[in-house]
Amino acid sequence: MAYSDKVIDHYENPRNVGSFDKNDPQIGTGVVGAPECGDVMKLQIQVDEAGRITDAKFKTFGCGSAIASSSLATEWLKGKTLDEAEDIKNTAIVQELSLPPVKIHCSVLAEDAIKAAINDYRTKSNAGETEAARAEA
Amino acid sequence: MAVKLPIYLDNNATTRCDERVVETMLPYFTGKFGNAASRNHQFGWEAEEAVDIAREQAAALIGAGPKEIIWTSGSTESNNLAIKGAARMYAKEGAQRGHIVTVSIEHKAVLDPCKRLQTEGFDVTYLDPGPDGVITAAMVEEALREDTLLVTIMWANNEIGTVNEIREIGALCKERGILFHTDATQWVGKMPTDVEKDNIDLLSWSGHKIYGPKGVGALYVRRRKPRVRLEPIFDGGGHERGMRSGTINVTGVVGFGKACDICRNEMAEEGRRLRTLRDKLESDITGQLDGVEINGHKDKRLPNTSNISFAWVEGESLLMGMKEVAVSSGSACTSASLEPSYVLKNLGVGDELAHSSIRFGLGRWTTEEEIDYVVDKIVHSVRHLRKMSPLYEMHQEGIDLSTVEWAHH
Repeated sequence: MAYSDKVIDHYENPRNVGSFDKNDPQIGTGVVGAPECGDVMKLQIQVDEAGRITDAKFKTFGCGSAIASSSLATEWLKGKTLDEAEDIKNTAIVQELSLPPVKIHCSVLAEDAIKAAINDYRTKSNAGETEAARAEA
Repeated sequence: MAVKLPIYLDNNATTRCDERVVETMLPYFTGKFGNAASRNHQFGWEAEEAVDIAREQAAALIGAGPKEIIWTSGSTESNNLAIKGAARMYAKEGAQRGHIVTVSIEHKAVLDPCKRLQTEGFDVTYLDPGPDGVITAAMVEEALREDTLLVTIMWANNEIGTVNEIREIGALCKERGILFHTDATQWVGKMPTDVEKDNIDLLSWSGHKIYGPKGVGALYVRRRKPRVRLEPIFDGGGHERGMRSGTINVTGVVGFGKACDICRNEMAEEGRRLRTLRDKLESDITGQLDGVEINGHKDKRLPNTSNISFAWVEGESLLMGMKEVAVSSGSACTSASLEPSYVLKNLGVGDELAHSSIRFGLGRWTTEEEIDYVVDKIVHSVRHLRKMSPLYEMHQEGIDLSTVEWAHH
């Protein structure tokens, strides 16, 4: 199977590989997939007080298309608000990377990872607010 | 010295035809194009003579008589003819037609005919190998029954190269009067074979795995003690002692014979050379990377085959990093099924390691320079991928991956 040039580029020069401290309240972490299925994606976002994503990082175990999908997702996430980020659709990733039908699940996984990271951030910041409110009371 | 790219290390899938084989075949496409079944003219005689020589060359490679060789289109056909042909010929009357013993990590060309026979009323036992991939005579003995009529067990496994206890299994079958077939596609031509000493009744092999042409294979069918009979799959003409009708593929058969002849003369030397290169490949990789697992028994293994799992990286992405190297991945991720190799799974190799495995099949033209190049590429790719692997990160943090609850997709 031939990979598109964009997939190859992301594979060879992945953007934003790395990890943030997942306990940092500014960080949202999403881990999706399972090793026995052949892909695990970890996607992290750093969010400022205004709810805007200032940075994103990923680590992926999976095929080249899975790596490219998550690498691309981190590029797209930077600068977006959480609401805008939530609107990123897997089909946009498929189109951008010219993924063949057998690789669509890689883009779905990337969309799931984005949503999981946003959820994690929101859960943490809600918990943080509740705690802060409790401390004030 | 610069190596020539791409590098072919997938010789368990197919091999390049040896130039000497091609040379031998060429005259039979044009000048000597006759039908070996044409008994009444020069063209037919020439073709028949060439087929007879090839039959002797094929027989000599496995210690058989030339009359015991049946030409086929390859191992898939040989396996079908042997398994279905024997089962149907020796089937018992009534609903319970008889019992067959095989192994869960056989090639599909054995498993699928067995499954077909199950729909016809035969009972099939699929043995599982131990973690080393080897099937022993003791395992087979335990599975044998009063009504067992056929045991079919591959000589060497195509994915991991492990070698089963064929001679001992053959002796066991002989003692009980059970027919014994072996799919020897990966074994014959690489290792010495003697159907008498090895107690074999039916043996399949293929031209294109032994530096011969594709589309031609052979089935050894024992003629004495016992005289094995097979129900044919094709009807028409009664060629090949009635077992395989159809005009003989003379050019293919001539090439097959020559390929057998070359293997018989050169396999000892070639085996030593490939074993040295294979061992170097493995020791150079394990010397530079941690989390590397060699699959299958270390010694009871073909000299040219190595199947390696690279923990924390996925096989397909690893292949992508070495696109000038033709190898095979144990993971069939490209087929959309996301199924890792059933061979590795049945060995008890964890799914994530099965997804991370690569099969190297060295061959007649593999050089030391190529091995060095491949090792460099692999080490580089594995390191590149581990840098971005969340599993590697977890491993480094001391997390036991088997205790993690994954969000199953």
